[in-house]
Amino acid sequence: MNVLWLIMICVSVVFAIFTGRLEAYTQSIFDGAKAAVEISLFLLGIVSVWMGITRILEDSGLIYRIAHLFKPLISRLFRNIPGDHPSITAITLNVLANLFGLGNAATPLGIKAMQELDGLNQDQGAITPEMMTFIVINTASIQLIPFSVIGILAGFGHGNPAVVVLPVLIATAISAMTALLVLALFRRVFR
Amino acid sequence: MMSAVEYLSLLIIPLFLLFTVLYGTVKKVRVYDSFVAGAKEGPSIVLKIFPYLLTIFIAIKGFQASGAFDVLRNAFYSLFAFLGIPIEAVSMAIVKPLSGSASTALFSDIVKTAGPESLAALMSAVIMGSAETTFYVLAVYLGAVGIRKTRYLVPVCLIADLIGIVVAVVVTRWYFLA
Repeated sequence: MNVLWLIMICVSVVFAIFTGRLEAYTQSIFDGAKAAVEISLFLLGIVSVWMGITRILEDSGLIYRIAHLFKPLISRLFRNIPGDHPSITAITLNVLANLFGLGNAATPLGIKAMQELDGLNQDQGAITPEMMTFIVINTASIQLIPFSVIGILAGFGHGNPAVVVLPVLIATAISAMTALLVLALFRRVFR
Repeated sequence: MMSAVEYLSLLIIPLFLLFTVLYGTVKKVRVYDSFVAGAKEGPSIVLKIFPYLLTIFIAIKGFQASGAFDVLRNAFYSLFAFLGIPIEAVSMAIVKPLSGSASTALFSDIVKTAGPESLAALMSAVIMGSAETTFYVLAVYLGAVGIRKTRYLVPVCLIADLIGIVVAVVVTRWYFLA
């Protein structure tokens, strides 16, 4: 992350100087700050809602039952999560929310999953293999029906916008699997 | 079939909420107090994420505004042009990992100008549906637990994104042209 950020800033400033867009660049810093505030405010609402719901799940013990139910499935991808750990539920709910295209629910549940996974972390501040697998699954964006895409296609007059459902599904499935494969490859090389 | 699935996805969250509240009540949980106690955690989590979001957004917006983004895109254009990939799809492929709102705007624009049934629009649709806003996901999820040492995660995500785009292009061509 450090190297990536450094490169982006340096390249941007050099380009801004050579293309004479210094004013636009300076403005973009304030735009970026504003966008961060807006998204954080949005997150504040939905994250709090999902934290409330998951607290009921915890207090009623439902979170451990769901974890128990999905343990066999999740443990294939995440080997080092013990028995009825609540992170299994959070991961399961996050994956389900992603599958059904519920982005607003997926992000808070993903945050919850990361916190639960961090609870198992021996070395705070360093990433664990489980966290990496989880993030890679999330960036691969598995989705059954891409509602927003279909909505836009339909909005501009496509006769049968649902034709994209199958190719999107095929593309996501293949790229999710290759993403996990790339991760496994890096894991082997950098052990 | 479409409308049934759409209805199901509308139903999920309300039903889930109802089930959670009823199950909690059966298990003698004071659901109202429990929800409030959980929601209290929200602000501290978002406060923790905020600096990470700010940091990554400044870099992304600056990258777009400085013209570096256009140069990167043009470089990709010439690289992909002879592979028969519409330039609109290339823009889409570069914008999607960086910004969700920008990619939605770009996608709408492509559909409008190229026509909803053109190859460019369909290819962009598949990219839009199968790629994720990688930088946002990284900032939020890593920020939530204050991870500093990410090891090889970032290169893996970027390589996976690149493969994902190629897969989307190949699948679209195969599905709509074959």
